[in-house]
Amino acid sequence: MSDISASDSTYEASMGDYFALLKPRVMSLVVFTALVGLLVSPVPVHPFIGFVAILCIAVGAGASGALNMWWDADIDARMKRTAGRPIPSGRVEPGEALGIGLALAGFSIVLLALATNFLAAFLLAFTIFFYAVIYSMWLKRATPQNIVIGGAAGAFPPMIGWAVATGSVSIESVLMFALIFMWTPPHFWALALFVKSDYGNAGVPMLTETHGRDATRKHVIIYTLLLVPVALGLGFTSIGGPFYLAVAIFMNAWFLKGAFDIWRRDDAACEADKHRVEIKVFKVSLYYLFAHFGALLVEAALRLYGVGGW
Amino acid sequence: MAMRVEHELHERRKGRNYGLGLILAGFIAIIFGLTVVKVLQLGDAAQFEKFDHVARPQLIPQEGAGE
Repeated sequence: MSDISASDSTYEASMGDYFALLKPRVMSLVVFTALVGLLVSPVPVHPFIGFVAILCIAVGAGASGALNMWWDADIDARMKRTAGRPIPSGRVEPGEALGIGLALAGFSIVLLALATNFLAAFLLAFTIFFYAVIYSMWLKRATPQNIVIGGAAGAFPPMIGWAVATGSVSIESVLMFALIFMWTPPHFWALALFVKSDYGNAGVPMLTETHGRDATRKHVIIYTLLLVPVALGLGFTSIGGPFYLAVAIFMNAWFLKGAFDIWRRDDAACEADKHRVEIKVFKVSLYYLFAHFGALLVEAALRLYGVGGW
Repeated sequence: MAMRVEHELHERRKGRNYGLGLILAGFIAIIFGLTVVKVLQLGDAAQFEKFDHVARPQLIPQEGAGE
């Protein structure tokens, strides 16, 4: 050997590895819903302040993702879906993830407080605390209802967006919160019914494994039924309107039919058509959330021309 | 014996350094932008001129000035 090169015994993380800690895909949903919460509010926000606020909310969500990966590294290593994440694959040290998570959480909360108001910053801080401590550290390994209560963490962003603009919490922002909160369980359980998971191996209680698939199907229809009045109710508030209501009626009927189809099935039928219905309902649930928040945005745009709202 | 200075590890470190540089530059831009927006939102320049820690006689209301 005629040349000398540095030893490569320890891997040094790249920027992309650190970025993966922030769960970019989850971040995109957070950005979309927070942006809608901000834009549909009756108080105009300076575009630059709005941009900084959304950035803070996205970074805060990323911080909670990093803290979640730090805490759950042991579980992630035992599941196929998550074994490739930065910590279990050895690309990032657990301590680095903890440091990045805490630093980004601190930066995003303080910057949001300075750029907008203390209520928005408090809500962001609570969201990070809820996801990292209440969900990741406590509920996830303790109860099969983990995603029901943990779903609250994903439901806060539109409420924060609304608080950024108005500095308050109101019926509109509570209903936007409730919409995502009630949507999360049927969305997630529809997925759990067709994805072969190894949560059991990792010691995470999932409804499909603790109570069985029939109980999960029943839960899907119950939570979808509870979701419908929330989604329709939002249409009668100051941010709703005829267009939103029309979209909501159509999407709720579609989702409800899917949930009803799931409820009527048994394992044999699922195996026979390779979970066709469950896969379809899961896709519908994605359109469902996008359509509702998109419709709120359209209503806000129509109001600018004096034709939206009631 | 040739010494190879560049290594794949250096490439990765370079990427990280550039990344951090961009983040810091972005952070400065955000703080600067926020300052500009917040100050302009005050509207009346006299409001923030008061806070420059220097005696500004022209800001003291003159007797009979408003009449």
